[in-house]
Amino acid sequence: MTSLSATIQGVFNEANCVENANKSAAARKKGCTKQAQPGGAVGGCAFDGAKIALQPFTDVAHLVHGPIACEGNSWDNRGSASSGSDLWRRSFTTDMQEIDVVFGGEKRLYKAIREIIRKYHPSAIFVYQTCVPAMIGDDIDAVCKIATAKCGRPVIPVNAPGFVGSKNLGNKLAGEALLRYVIGTQEPDYTTPYDINLIGEYNLSGEFWQVKPLLDELGIRVLSCISGDGRYRDVACSHRARAAMMVCSKSLINVASKMKERYGIPFFEGSFYGIQDSSESLREIARMLIERGAPAELMERTELTVAREEAKARAAIEFFKPRFAGKKVLLVTGGVKSWSVVAALQEAGLEIVGTSVKKSTMKDKERIQKVMGHDAHMIEDLTPREMYKMLKEAKADIMLSGGKSQFVALKTATPWLDINQERCHAYMGYLGIVKLMEEIDKALYNPIWDQLRKPAPWDDADVSWKAKSLAQVEVATVDVEPNLERVEKARGAKRSFRCQNLDLGVTKESVVALGSTTVDDIAQRTKAPDVCGASERAIVDMTAAQPTSTQQAAE
Amino acid sequence: MAIVTSSNKACSSNPLKMSQPIGGSFAFLGLRGAMPLLHGSQGCTSFGLTLFVRHFKEAVPLQTTAMSEVATVLGGYENVEQAILNIYNRTKPEIIGINSTGVTETKGDDVEAFIRLIRQKHPQLEKVPLVYVSTPDFKDAFQDGWERTVARVIEVLVDPVDAAAPRDLSRVNVLPGCHLTPGDLDELRTILEDFGLRPSFLPDIAGSLDGHIPDEFTPTTIGGIGVDEIATMGQAAWTIAIGAQMRRAAEAMQARTGVPFRLFERLCGLVPSDVFIASVSEISGKPVPPKYRRQRGQLADAMLDAHFHIGGRKLAIGAEPDLLFDISSMLYEMGAQLTAAVTTTASPVLERVRMGEVVIGDLEDLEELAKTRECDLLISHSHGRQAAARLNIPFYRAGFPMFDRLGAGHQMTVGYRGTRELIFDLANLIITDREDNRQPTPDTWRITDNGLHVVPPRPN
Ligand code: SF4
Repeated sequence: MTSLSATIQGVFNEANCVENANKSAAARKKGCTKQAQPGGAVGGCAFDGAKIALQPFTDVAHLVHGPIACEGNSWDNRGSASSGSDLWRRSFTTDMQEIDVVFGGEKRLYKAIREIIRKYHPSAIFVYQTCVPAMIGDDIDAVCKIATAKCGRPVIPVNAPGFVGSKNLGNKLAGEALLRYVIGTQEPDYTTPYDINLIGEYNLSGEFWQVKPLLDELGIRVLSCISGDGRYRDVACSHRARAAMMVCSKSLINVASKMKERYGIPFFEGSFYGIQDSSESLREIARMLIERGAPAELMERTELTVAREEAKARAAIEFFKPRFAGKKVLLVTGGVKSWSVVAALQEAGLEIVGTSVKKSTMKDKERIQKVMGHDAHMIEDLTPREMYKMLKEAKADIMLSGGKSQFVALKTATPWLDINQERCHAYMGYLGIVKLMEEIDKALYNPIWDQLRKPAPWDDADVSWKAKSLAQVEVATVDVEPNLERVEKARGAKRSFRCQNLDLGVTKESVVALGSTTVDDIAQRTKAPDVCGASERAIVDMTAAQPTSTQQAAE
Repeated sequence: MAIVTSSNKACSSNPLKMSQPIGGSFAFLGLRGAMPLLHGSQGCTSFGLTLFVRHFKEAVPLQTTAMSEVATVLGGYENVEQAILNIYNRTKPEIIGINSTGVTETKGDDVEAFIRLIRQKHPQLEKVPLVYVSTPDFKDAFQDGWERTVARVIEVLVDPVDAAAPRDLSRVNVLPGCHLTPGDLDELRTILEDFGLRPSFLPDIAGSLDGHIPDEFTPTTIGGIGVDEIATMGQAAWTIAIGAQMRRAAEAMQARTGVPFRLFERLCGLVPSDVFIASVSEISGKPVPPKYRRQRGQLADAMLDAHFHIGGRKLAIGAEPDLLFDISSMLYEMGAQLTAAVTTTASPVLERVRMGEVVIGDLEDLEELAKTRECDLLISHSHGRQAAARLNIPFYRAGFPMFDRLGAGHQMTVGYRGTRELIFDLANLIITDREDNRQPTPDTWRITDNGLHVVPPRPN
């Protein structure tokens, strides 16, 4: 455990993290993650974070060492996409039993590794440590070392048991494992001046493929993507890249900055969400590559591509602008992507009434401040109850958030859109932003909202059915003697017949109430001697349906 | 009559099983105004929460004692205390249900003692029911967590009744297994009410997870059986337990209140539905309403229509014991051949599954068995989709979790109506598969080394 806590300290002694550099020594030690509150809100554990960061490596087996809880309850819950192997979608766990808890689970772990290699021939195995084996002192580092030697295949320990901290810490610990055991262990077949790494890009819903064609067009090669649609060998060779882009500004910064230290690979933080950000990122990639020796004409080509794509996207967004005018958005993203999404929404003319910054860093917040101006409605921590209240009072027309809070929005009959990991649409790049607008439009203008917001007829005081029926009961009790005028008055002069000769006040009810049995009688009493054929048939039907008082008496 | 074997792999791959504490929390979710609390690290709760939300597409209350590494070593008293106080102050629950996890069981926290101490220190908690159930992750499975929790709720919350006290003949207790859906519970409620009975469901996930829109926001469960109603369950005339897993809970009820019970191991299929309806008729002293005679006829007709398609199918099924027993028995009675069966945990019903062998294992085992034995229909929870896709056979989702389709909460398999729906769904699935994937081609009857090698389309 001491080595683990040393690693954790190492993660926070991050020289390149502006966040940390500005903190006091004590605050730095604590790290950038708050300890979870017992009985307070819940987030994922460190193991969760580590698995999220690494699972998009598609050709390796991910083996979770622990009781069934950690993997059995969680596998197959993220939509990263793979262009090759689907081994990553299989789930492997040692499913520790009581006996392993008593005697230690190392043997079982070793056997499990052997079984996987025999059956699935993965390029590598990532072994995840979880709480219970960590408590009983299973040394997964040692087991992995032996397994690597004996099985002739990289077996990499990922030491991030859940209880050491939050999901975000887990992301970084996963990064440490990569730095320590994977990156720089192999050499690429060839290199080009256009090789880049993407770090912290997970290819959710295959969205990176919306951007990749642009890079291809420019001749920029993604040497390795850490970790979306990643391959083990690519990461192992990633130290030969010329530059790197940090896509998610939080999860794997330690990887980016240590690769800069060790291999001199410069990196920048960028985003492919939103038009501006996409363009800036492309330019920045080009600039860095040129700085590191790529021909300067790369920038010209980049500018051409950017201009062409921007024009196309802007033209597409124009369509939505009038439809979005005056529409208000509540953004609850957990903070990580807030600023890039904010920019994108504003581009389409949506008004942002609030954005949560619970998990955002100071830098993220500054960025939000910058794009939103002084009226940045940053919300530290929105409880579900407050969220519900805001939406119920129609402070926002649509909410964008992760899956966990969706029902708060839906139950208030407010449109909602998933912009976190479980979403099924890809929102990256120039295409993605148009897709996002399309989805927002679809959600805002779906005809279900008007129907759902209407109360049930019996809940509406103005047209209360109860009141109506009570009124009718009253009429019925007052009407001891059937009387045409009264009935007419009570029922309103609703015409049941289209016959011009018939008195306006004759309604089905009055026919019934008068107990008239013949057409003649009705015609007489309604002062309409010449009833038309259609009305006559209708009256006959009505009187036939109504048992007369004489019939009743006979029975 | 099946032999139960256990796969002896060191590595469980593509697990069918989910953990016991989550099953326990699930049971607490069927109580009104409840806040289930997992005593463990935060990740365990977060995973459970995601699982329920993906299945029911509903907001789900679930809390954690957020055990950190240090707290785990030192013991979790303070975390339990703080969690209970936080929940009490913030959400005003009617009950807090606490399940242990692997982490706290490994350390050996004595939560019952914690609760006594907490009650002493905080008199304001006097009236808040705190029910604790031990459910280590490294033992048993989802279903066991449910059954233990229901039994414990009865032991703690049902008022004891003098055996000689008069009983309310119109009241029945229903103890449903975790394999029943909110839709199933609604159907059972309708049936019982049609016989003039007033049922109390424990737990009642139909009240809390049937996907309705509540009038007000509540951070706890939005419905379910109330603690007040649970207390009076001893006044009922009968307890109806559904699924072998509920025997323990039914016995606890009988021991505490003297209420006799009838256990129905299955409710899917013609014969088990007959037995159930006849029993309810007996319990209520009322004749069977014409509605059910009609439904019985409809089921019989559905069986006739569907047996052409379901008969002869080689079925691979992976499910928790009671669900496996229930559905596989019905399909056996429809003429399907039970060919591969995998389950999660031991249970007495497994021996009665109508096939040679039931394996306690994972979805990899099921996939391998289904492949070697050439199964042509696969039933399991949503995680089985990968196996079915690789095997290229029709796949029916049953059980928990069902995260990739809508309506999981309303799927129904009980009684004449539920059975009929299930039969139609399955038969239609098979018909669609035949139309899409099993049309003969010139290749189907190709000449091979052995002469005319017959590889006909799968018999339908
Ligand atoms: S907190 Fe620990 S035991 Fe729980 S899911 Fe995370 S790693 Fe597993």
